[in-house]
Amino acid sequence: MVEFSYNLYLLLSAILFTIGAVGVITRRNGIIVFMCIELMLNAANLAFISATGIHKGLEGMIFVFFVMTVAAAEAAVGLAIFVMIFRLRGTISVDQMNLLKG
Amino acid sequence: MDVKFPVDELILIAPEIILCGFGLLLLLIEVFLKTKSKSFLGILTLVSAGSALVFVLKLSSFSTDLFFGLYSLDSLGSLTKGLILVMLILVVIMSLRYVEREEVISGEYYPLLLFSTLGMMIMVSSKNLLTIFVGLELMSLSIYILVGLFRDNLKAAEASLKYFLLGAFASAFLVYGIALLYGSTGSLDIKGYLEVIAKGDTSTVLIIGVALIAVGFAFKIALVPFHMWTPDVYEGAPTSITAFMAAGVKSAAFVTFLRVFYTAFLPLIKQWGDILWLLAVITMSYANLTALVQQNIKRMLAYSSIAHAGYILVAFVTGEKILSSSIIYYLVAYTFMNVGAFSCVILMGRKGEENLDIDSYAGLSARHPFVAFCLTIFLLSLTGVPPLAGFMAKFYVFSTAIKAGYVWLAIIGVLNSVVAAYYYLRVIMYMYFRDPVKEIGRIDLSPSYILVSLICIFFLIYTGILPRELMLLAEGAVSVFF
Repeated sequence: MVEFSYNLYLLLSAILFTIGAVGVITRRNGIIVFMCIELMLNAANLAFISATGIHKGLEGMIFVFFVMTVAAAEAAVGLAIFVMIFRLRGTISVDQMNLLKG
Repeated sequence: MDVKFPVDELILIAPEIILCGFGLLLLLIEVFLKTKSKSFLGILTLVSAGSALVFVLKLSSFSTDLFFGLYSLDSLGSLTKGLILVMLILVVIMSLRYVEREEVISGEYYPLLLFSTLGMMIMVSSKNLLTIFVGLELMSLSIYILVGLFRDNLKAAEASLKYFLLGAFASAFLVYGIALLYGSTGSLDIKGYLEVIAKGDTSTVLIIGVALIAVGFAFKIALVPFHMWTPDVYEGAPTSITAFMAAGVKSAAFVTFLRVFYTAFLPLIKQWGDILWLLAVITMSYANLTALVQQNIKRMLAYSSIAHAGYILVAFVTGEKILSSSIIYYLVAYTFMNVGAFSCVILMGRKGEENLDIDSYAGLSARHPFVAFCLTIFLLSLTGVPPLAGFMAKFYVFSTAIKAGYVWLAIIGVLNSVVAAYYYLRVIMYMYFRDPVKEIGRIDLSPSYILVSLICIFFLIYTGILPRELMLLAEGAVSVFF
């Protein structure tokens, strides 16, 4: 059996988080940006679950359920906003969101 | 293991239960209402906010942990809850007319305001990061929708999208920070962090976790360089919601930020103190310099609100528990100044024509002396002119910095408020000394706006001349850190 290594899981979650963060900054399509945010949340979930492995507590796992619930609610709100924007503008590219500036 | 649900503790969260119950009730009632009678919902919202406020006042003497430490009742939470509820009442009063004017057909407006307030109340009265996270998300998700509620308005839709994407981005940082803290300490309770840190056990992971949490909060309170969303969202959102965000979200997030950092991470002040010092300077300077060139008054007020976050941060970085009462005082004064100022901005507009550019304000004193007078009071208070509350707030914050030995920071702060005086006084100058350059038509002097303005003016003058009572309250609130 392979030994459980918290640090390796933490590294993996950090990599996922970074990929997500870079994606948010570089991608232009609203939905892909949102997917990258979900990736960041899932990186946090991975960090929580692997931390439960060393602390033997349940709090971390319970937090994961909360994060998943919040992510679902966020998706509902977010997609509604995307639909509204698409109906008004015909695009969800964040580059073309330039009415407000100054 | 037999865990019994503590039923007797439910009465202690009566204000939250009231808001939640009324929020759900309003959603239900709205379905059966005719489209024209939305002000009935507003009245019900006022009733619920009022009764929640009564309960908050009744419960304000309690100080205890509830529901296995997931929730708590203390003086800091009670004072902030009271402030948030008063702010909600003011926003609802001005919404009564504003919603009618803008012909909002969606009845979700008031329930969402209630849910968002509920989120703020949950957020400020917990010592557990799980509860704080849930409260923060409840607040944010409701506001994402509120910003975009005027569906046919392109600007509002764009503001909603921007706020949503950046807000979700920020909460991802917050969650990851919490995950790292949990990983390095095994606790979600902020007192638990203090124990671990007091043992001298500070790993890199823990420090990164603290930094990520700070980033999450910095987004919510709009510190430079995490402020990009603020001017756009404040401009695009319905003005009543802008007031709600500027006053409510900022106060709630700042109090939570204060609670988390002053309870748990004060021993680490060497690590975060200098960074926040720098952020305070950048925030004040950048926001004030950018505000100088704004022609849109909502945008100007947005930059001014960023600058005010910088002033509050001046007191924050000192790490002096006893002096942090100045932060609470500032937040209270700031809330009333902003709600008042935005109520005047609403007054100036009409459906489809908001008259947001500063030119619309030229010569206002001759045509509408009352509006010009109200706005002048609010702008003077934002500038920090005695005897208004804004002056005492700035005075306390900067004297905190000097007492704690941050003299340079105080000097930079004072210089910044001098710069800020330029753009506040410019609007006053336009109102009193310029000839009108454009026809803005009749102003809708509805009692709902006037009432809000008068309450705010009364409060600003009262606490400006007699700051002692509020200061004692604020000192009582921060006594939770000892």
